[in-house]
Amino acid sequence: MHDAPPSAGADPGDTAAETSRVLGAEEIRRALTRIAHEILESGHGADDLVLLGIPHRGVPLAERLAIQIARAEGDDRPLDQLAGSLDITMYRDDLRHNPTRAPSPTRIPRDGIDGRTVVLVDDVLYSGRTIRAALDALGAIGRPAAVRLAVLVDRGHRQLPIRADHVGKNLPTSRSERVHVQLMETDGADAVDIVRPTAGEDRA
Amino acid sequence: MRHFISIADLDREEAIAVLATAEHMAETQSRSIRKLPTLVGTTVVNLFFEDSTRTRISFEAAAKRLSADVINFSAKGSSVSKGESLKDTALTLQAMGADAVVVRSGSSGAAHLLAHAGWIDQPIVNAGDGAHEHPTQAMLDAFTLRRHLRPGDLTAGLDGLHVVIVGDVLHSRVARSNVLLLTLLGARVTLVAPPALVPVGAAAWPCRITYDLDEALATGPDAVMMLRVQRERMVGGGFFPTAGEYSRRYGLTTARAAALPDHAIVLHPGPMNRGFEIAGDVADSPRSVIVEQVASGVFVRMAVLYHLLATDSREGLR
Amino acid sequence: MTADQTAPPLATDHAPLLIRGGRPYGEDVQDVLVVKGRIEAVGTSLEAPAEAEIVDADGCIVLPGLVDLHTHLREPGGEEAETIESGTRAAARGGFTAVHAMANTTPVADTAGVVEQVARRGETSGWCSVRPVGAVTVGLAGERLAELDAMANSRAKVRVFSDDGKCVHDPVLMRRALEYVKSFDGVIAQHAQDPRLTEGAQMHEGVVSAELGLAGWPAVAEESIIARDVLLAQHVGSRLHVCHLSTAGSVDIVRWAKQRGIAVTAEVTPHHLLLTDENVRDFDAVYKVNPPLRTAADVEAVREGLADGTIDIVATDHAPHPRDAKDREWDQAAMGMTGLETALALVQRTMVDEGRLSWREVARVLSERPAEIGRDEDQGQQLAAGAPAHVLVWDPRPVRTTDPAEHSSRGRNSPFAGLELPGLNRLTLLGGRPTVRDGAVVEH
Repeated sequence: MHDAPPSAGADPGDTAAETSRVLGAEEIRRALTRIAHEILESGHGADDLVLLGIPHRGVPLAERLAIQIARAEGDDRPLDQLAGSLDITMYRDDLRHNPTRAPSPTRIPRDGIDGRTVVLVDDVLYSGRTIRAALDALGAIGRPAAVRLAVLVDRGHRQLPIRADHVGKNLPTSRSERVHVQLMETDGADAVDIVRPTAGEDRA
Repeated sequence: MRHFISIADLDREEAIAVLATAEHMAETQSRSIRKLPTLVGTTVVNLFFEDSTRTRISFEAAAKRLSADVINFSAKGSSVSKGESLKDTALTLQAMGADAVVVRSGSSGAAHLLAHAGWIDQPIVNAGDGAHEHPTQAMLDAFTLRRHLRPGDLTAGLDGLHVVIVGDVLHSRVARSNVLLLTLLGARVTLVAPPALVPVGAAAWPCRITYDLDEALATGPDAVMMLRVQRERMVGGGFFPTAGEYSRRYGLTTARAAALPDHAIVLHPGPMNRGFEIAGDVADSPRSVIVEQVASGVFVRMAVLYHLLATDSREGLR
Repeated sequence: MTADQTAPPLATDHAPLLIRGGRPYGEDVQDVLVVKGRIEAVGTSLEAPAEAEIVDADGCIVLPGLVDLHTHLREPGGEEAETIESGTRAAARGGFTAVHAMANTTPVADTAGVVEQVARRGETSGWCSVRPVGAVTVGLAGERLAELDAMANSRAKVRVFSDDGKCVHDPVLMRRALEYVKSFDGVIAQHAQDPRLTEGAQMHEGVVSAELGLAGWPAVAEESIIARDVLLAQHVGSRLHVCHLSTAGSVDIVRWAKQRGIAVTAEVTPHHLLLTDENVRDFDAVYKVNPPLRTAADVEAVREGLADGTIDIVATDHAPHPRDAKDREWDQAAMGMTGLETALALVQRTMVDEGRLSWREVARVLSERPAEIGRDEDQGQQLAAGAPAHVLVWDPRPVRTTDPAEHSSRGRNSPFAGLELPGLNRLTLLGGRPTVRDGAVVEH
């Protein structure tokens, strides 16, 4: 997770909270299928598409979308020519307020991004700062024809004028709540939960 | 990681984390725009009490590519050359609002003192202190070794590799830092030097020491690192009778390099004395990675600055 | 004044003082009665004269006042680091009733004029007897002998000569000095350090110096000079004193020389009884000292040498420095440590509490022998009727954390800061006059 705190990651120390399931495995699958189709419909086919996941959970989401898009289009390109990853650690504007994180790899398809349509993929859209950093990172790599944004969950509370083009689920939340995304590739299960601190434990 | 003073302060996990970050930095440096906004708004001071253009420029490039502001504070022409003490300089830098200080000094322990004397609160990076340590040089050497000999795996150490380090070990901070780091990363190190240039007490180091370069090279090392030898010191200090005799016994000649295993690489921290400790042909040969070391130096120093500065917490790598 | 012009005056007008219940030399409980500056009686259940002050010394050790053969008082010339006033106050608080002031002042104590001035300033201060040490060579330059005879026959009655801080390296000059002092029963106190072998040297040469990249100071640089000097002393039949011996090899050489009947005496500092080169690892220049801190094996050897009498005395080499001289890079920092105010605590901790030295032997190594070597007949006398009352009442029981800020010395460069050390100076008498009570100086 990259969005501004509170972190949406698992917090094993936080026991005074209640959790409710927002999306299960099947709902996540359906949401991604829909997004894949939306991406194809909005663009001009898979040829000029590049899906770049934002580490960590954006990366497997981008790969899943790429598989679906390739299947729908009959595209036989290797997966790594359609999807990649874009590390934004070095472009964050809040580094000095958070513990240092080791950067993740950036993997750009061999043909690059110049003149192509780049779809940034992330799990949760929150403040928008992650996406701003991703746009900066992208600018250092090349000049895409267009940049779109796909997210599994949009939980609101934007701090920048950024919106997603493709959203799996709009999820109204309060700032004190945390959105906890698990994916098979990174966490061993597919699920989106919302975690509420119990009364008096509100961290916001 | 609060400061970067000595390889002796690192554990293996931390060392590999810095190397991994350096690989990411290297990757960003192949982009069309190499400047990263990471450290925008921070000020890095290069405090150099000792002339070292290449190390200073390397740190300067590293800081600037991370968008930090850089102030160069060199001994020549500054108050330092007018006798200002390290303490007063540190207090000055603290008052000016430096976010990190990169310090190079001829005095062993200068960086440690700056970090721990209480004069300045900011992270200190050791850019070489006397004959003690030069930890970023060792990191860039390990980075270069890993790229050539253990490519592809960001979590790899240097396990199983054999590195021969040749030259003036007595006065070399590069040798000290490399013995510590390379062995920390699992490599085997052999030091080769004339007896007078092996420190009394070095027998306790985690490496083998021999006086015979040909014997060491005959073991088929994976890498040979030649140390810079200061000719004046060598002969004037009585460590060796003549430059010629040193060169014959301890120089990496074309013939010696030719006998190395095909995959073996040759390193030198620079600046080189061509034709003295290393033959010009060897320095320019395909197995020489000396120019690449310079590039590695920028990546490694970006990584070190990143780990020290891209956080307000004192957690560092953890 | 007594026959000895250099002795401190006796407090003849001070009220009698009965030190009750202490153990002289750590042995049987005996009272000590002091009247008119002298010890009047030592015995059990002494009757206190009517107007006498009674000092409860229950559980305390009673020792002759300590004598330091190796003190840097820095005055004249180094008053920022120490003055004779501050240094002798520090000495008194350490239990000393006499110190030998080293010659490396500015100007150097190489003339009768300077040594007399130092002695006079000591008398004025009145905290302990100050015996000037004369320089062996003019300006400590190691080139020609200073006027040793003039200093010996001055009012300061100098008997100890030393270029301490520098070695009398020239073998011919050393021979001549040894010969010359025979005429007035003087002694050359040699700072044993071969200058060529220690050019730029920063710390003991060994495992730690190799790691830290600090220029090595080999043990042989000390040992080779001691070996040469004991042979010279034997050859010319003179007295030699070895300053601050620090290595196991030096102990062996002195032991060998003594077995051959050579008139050599040797000292060790308190810090060399405890600290090692491992202390240098943090580059804190408070541990920078000449001779350098050696290895644990050397520490064991000097303790053994002190216990078996090879090493005659403990001397502080008290070397105060201004703060700025230590707040520096290691290789630019000054060498030396303060020691007067921690010396006996260190000896107690490293030797007495370890069962290697009795309190009787402590009196020998910190009072009697240093006075003998310095030919100071007033100091280091037995605690017996008739002796001048230079007395220390030492309570070995309290344990306190050392804080240099509390010291009387101007120097704050104590390597023992933060260390818990035993003992408290309950009372120090200089010629019957209390200079220290319960650790604090008694103003006069």
